Amino acid sequence: MSAANELYQQVILDHNRNPRNYRPLPDATHVCHGHNPLCGDDITVYAKMGEGGKIEDVSFQGNGCAISKASASLMTQQLKGKPIEEARELFGEFHKMVKGNLNPETQPNHLGKLRLFEGVKEYSSRIKCATLSWHALMGALDRQEEATTE
Amino acid sequence: MLDIKPQFPVLNRPHADGKPLVYLDTAATAQKPVAVIDAMDRFYRESYGTVRRGVYRLSEKATAAYEGTRAKAAKLLNAASEKEIVYTRGSTDGLNLVAASYGGSVLKPGDEIVLTQLEHHANIVPWQMVAEKTGAKIKVVPCDDRGVLDLDAYSALLASGKVKIVAVGHVSNALGTIHPIAEMARRAHAAKAVIVVDGAQGISHQAVDVQALGADFYAFSSHKMFGPTGVGILYGRYELLKEMPPYQGGGDMIRRVTFEKTTYQDPPHRFEAGTPSIVEVVGLGAAIDWITGVGIDKIAAHEHALLEYGTPLLAAIPGLRLIGTAPEKAGVLGFVLDGIHPHDIGTLLDQEGIAIRAGHHCAQPAMDRFGVPATARASLGPYNTEADLDALAEGIKKIQRMFA
Repeated sequence: MSAANELYQQVILDHNRNPRNYRPLPDATHVCHGHNPLCGDDITVYAKMGEGGKIEDVSFQGNGCAISKASASLMTQQLKGKPIEEARELFGEFHKMVKGNLNPETQPNHLGKLRLFEGVKEYSSRIKCATLSWHALMGALDRQEEATTE
Repeated sequence: MLDIKPQFPVLNRPHADGKPLVYLDTAATAQKPVAVIDAMDRFYRESYGTVRRGVYRLSEKATAAYEGTRAKAAKLLNAASEKEIVYTRGSTDGLNLVAASYGGSVLKPGDEIVLTQLEHHANIVPWQMVAEKTGAKIKVVPCDDRGVLDLDAYSALLASGKVKIVAVGHVSNALGTIHPIAEMARRAHAAKAVIVVDGAQGISHQAVDVQALGADFYAFSSHKMFGPTGVGILYGRYELLKEMPPYQGGGDMIRRVTFEKTTYQDPPHRFEAGTPSIVEVVGLGAAIDWITGVGIDKIAAHEHALLEYGTPLLAAIPGLRLIGTAPEKAGVLGFVLDGIHPHDIGTLLDQEGIAIRAGHHCAQPAMDRFGVPATARASLGPYNTEADLDALAEGIKKIQRMFA
């Protein structure tokens, strides 16, 4: 199977069609708006921090391509209940994978379902789509109001 | 219809996944015929040397080839003289030159520059930069839902009496609309404004006669007209060019340099500082010869026939909306699909061996006008065929089935 068909698997198409945690979070403690100037993708990530530095709830809303939307959806699923440090670590692994610097088959990682995005490494122009929601989340946690993929 | 695909090496070899390339991104950059590739290769092997400086025969030979392109371009554009042909790095460079040099010297606070809703960023940002410096204001001609400029609104803007410069694309890169340059030039001149035409998309798809159009400046790139990247041409009316200050300083644009005072060359060399893109200018000359040989009218007719074939083909696909439906259009098919982002369309069409552009096409105000962040765009060249458009339509339907 070719790289893009691998990338556009059923799970990704499903998360694009029915994104999970797709809603604003009224009692969010952290909000950040992520924008990819290249393609106009626009995503707002909401996070509610609980006790002990844990992400109690996380959600998103916005417009974007299937890759950015599915990536945001899977990110929120993966991060709920995780401590901030783990979220940062996971972003590091995810970023390395989509840039082709981490092979999830052979190198230790905590990516789980996020491995679905490995095919992004074939399309450098799409890396920013896959990482937009992550940049926005990191911006939220760092108390920025705007994050871009630039 | 033309049959020139065999002359384009890149279109005749297998690409990713072993499939042949269906190239539908000519509005971004045109592929190169073997005549251009060979001319540059031959020049490097046989005649390469510096130009306008050497006192040896190799340099004389190189200079003749380099300056020869100026004559070819003057003829292609029906310019009054070769002196009106300035070599640049491309359309963007040419527009920046006019904005900085002409705009920078004539604009006063309160003067107005008229642009249109459909301009490429290259014909917006240089004007914003000079407006910021001079205190001039930017005014914008709106367009209708088809992508046709509102000429009544244009006249109303000119009626302020403050407009010094009108800057408009010949053909919209995002929508394909061919703007009525001759009429716009007539109205600009009646209002004592000059008209600057961004010819990036206009030059290789129809005959361009700068005198008939009434263009005061006309800028274009070599790479969109089957020539190499890195060079372009700015046509400027000589009376305007001769009053303009240099754009960049350096070698070859001067007459005499002392630390007290430097005097400049006459146009066009006044605007050509430094060792130029010699081989690329020679390649551009070969591209002009190639276009003239094929016949610009035949190229225009071929692309128009394909547009007439492709427009109903795409319009018939449920869920597809064409963006840009002006009656006067060049070979550009901009579209969006319900529920599928243009970037996904672009990546998935690539899997079928089809190269299109997806994004805002460096024309964000145009995207805003149509309420979309981006579009997918198939653009045509003389090497395209009806089969290419059939492949595009099939590819689109396949993507729709995936996302259903």
